[in-house]
Amino acid sequence: MTLNMLLSHLPALQVVVPLLAAPLCALLRPRHLAWAVATLTSWVCLLISLTLVAQVQAGGTLRYTFGGWPSPWGIEYVVDLLGAYVLLIVSLIAALVLPYARRSVEREIDPEHHSLFYTALLLCLCGLLGIVITGDAFNLFVFLEISSLSTYTLISFGRDRRALTASYQYLIMGTIGATFFLIGVGLLYVLTGTLNMADLAERIVPLAESRTLHTAFAFILVGVSLKLALFPLHLWLPNAYAHAPSVVSAFIASTATKVAVYVVVRFIFSLFGYRFAFDQMQLDWVLLPLAIIGIFTASVVAVFQENVKRMLAYSSLAQIGYMMLGISLDSVTGLTASLLHLFNHALMKGALFMALGAVFYRIGSVQLGQMAGLGRQMPWTLGAVVAGGLSLIGVPLTVGFISKWYLILAVIEQGWWILAALVLVTSLIALVYMWRVVETSYFQPRPAGAVIAGEAPLSLIAPTWLLVLANLYFGIDTGFTIDLAGSAAAALIGGEP
Amino acid sequence: MEFLGHYNYWIVIFLMMTGFYVVISHSNLVRKIIGLNIFQTSVFILYISMGKMPGGTAPIVAEGVTLYSNPLPHVLILTAIVVGVATTALGLALVVRIKEAYGTVEEDEIHAQDESL
Repeated sequence: MTLNMLLSHLPALQVVVPLLAAPLCALLRPRHLAWAVATLTSWVCLLISLTLVAQVQAGGTLRYTFGGWPSPWGIEYVVDLLGAYVLLIVSLIAALVLPYARRSVEREIDPEHHSLFYTALLLCLCGLLGIVITGDAFNLFVFLEISSLSTYTLISFGRDRRALTASYQYLIMGTIGATFFLIGVGLLYVLTGTLNMADLAERIVPLAESRTLHTAFAFILVGVSLKLALFPLHLWLPNAYAHAPSVVSAFIASTATKVAVYVVVRFIFSLFGYRFAFDQMQLDWVLLPLAIIGIFTASVVAVFQENVKRMLAYSSLAQIGYMMLGISLDSVTGLTASLLHLFNHALMKGALFMALGAVFYRIGSVQLGQMAGLGRQMPWTLGAVVAGGLSLIGVPLTVGFISKWYLILAVIEQGWWILAALVLVTSLIALVYMWRVVETSYFQPRPAGAVIAGEAPLSLIAPTWLLVLANLYFGIDTGFTIDLAGSAAAALIGGEP
Repeated sequence: MEFLGHYNYWIVIFLMMTGFYVVISHSNLVRKIIGLNIFQTSVFILYISMGKMPGGTAPIVAEGVTLYSNPLPHVLILTAIVVGVATTALGLALVVRIKEAYGTVEEDEIHAQDESL
């Protein structure tokens, strides 16, 4: 009886648990205790999202109304297949990053700030999960700001003073983005008098010619594009990823932009309707060129980076381009490719940033020159970098191959062979920049006088390798992810007349 | 007449563009935050305007009152104001720490210091 009650409240608990655990963390002065609470919370979140996936797969979309107010009056949480899938990605990464965090945070952050660090991390987790689960447009803005404000704080914990300017830059651009989103939601409310997404989707159908609706669409899309760092709105991202503490880079690189992509998908396909977005607003003519330019320039710029974290940040920009490319193709295969890459990119970037965090733990730097000859001294860590890199390039038997494969299938489906060639070329560029790391760390001697670095501690290696193995596992046994992404994409595109 | 009838929305647009311009054009980090505040304030006025009915009162059941203002946008914007205050506080806190680390709050000077490394 009580278990059934608990199960029916899972959508609320998914957000409420980290939200309540966050202030608890702030109160706990012993820093190991704060870490323990945060880790436990992330595991509970993972458990909840696994259960939600099972519930959605068994019984269809879940709707949870707060305080007994039926929608569209009250705030409603909606977990559909896509939502459950993204919830799983976010909480899975959190559950792996937090065990990793203890040693890494001890090395990189002042002891008196540990409790606050974990508080901010939990708030960020809460915000990201909330964005995904909510069915209310204004509520989404609130969660967007919860996650953003905590992300700015997390980035500013970086040891380097450039972390402060990176955080400031992100704060300015992120706030402009969020405010644009708010304007768009306001215009939608003026038009329809509702904020519930499902209700909005019905009420805007007869208003497709309205200038206000077009403006709202543009404001929301530009606002979220700032958050997901779509070229040319990406300027905040490389600095933010490069100078944030390792744990934060690993966490936000594999979750924050993915959640922003989710918001774009949610608004285009579930709310505005893809026929409105692509036929009326000609969205493909905007997204496609930006995605292509983004993929290409970011990949090329990545080759010339000396800081490996910054290199991966540019690579992330290219990967976001792939996701937007899939969306802009306006087909089920394209959307499937994007959603697959959402999951797969989280796995590969999580593994890579965590491995680099282990490098930083031992040698205190992630400059390429400093990593020379490290392959022999830290075999497991650099092994994870190589495996993650292979996945990033898209070598068969890794998840990267699966996403590239579907993306190329989707592009060819449209008959755009040149674009398929471009995807292959940019994959080769990825090979170039990952090879630079491999070449330096395996084939160059350790610089004279450099510290002899031993292997990183097990608590750093184990979560990293779990993600690496996930890269391989989901690259071989693709049933689970393709099934989920495929049916979510079909539901999004087919769910509308 | 219609132009003047929507004067509150013209104020919104004016404030929005002013704030946006200040954020983009100034290199002083504190001024950027002020610009951001003006930008956000314009959205507050947008929301408050949309809930207002000419001649309407507060939505309280009372005899002889039939015309109410819509309270929902006003409540929403209270939340957004809180978010705005939090953003400003965080932004200014960052500026204080930037001043401690770099000794300046001018963006070009900070950039020059990072370049020289």
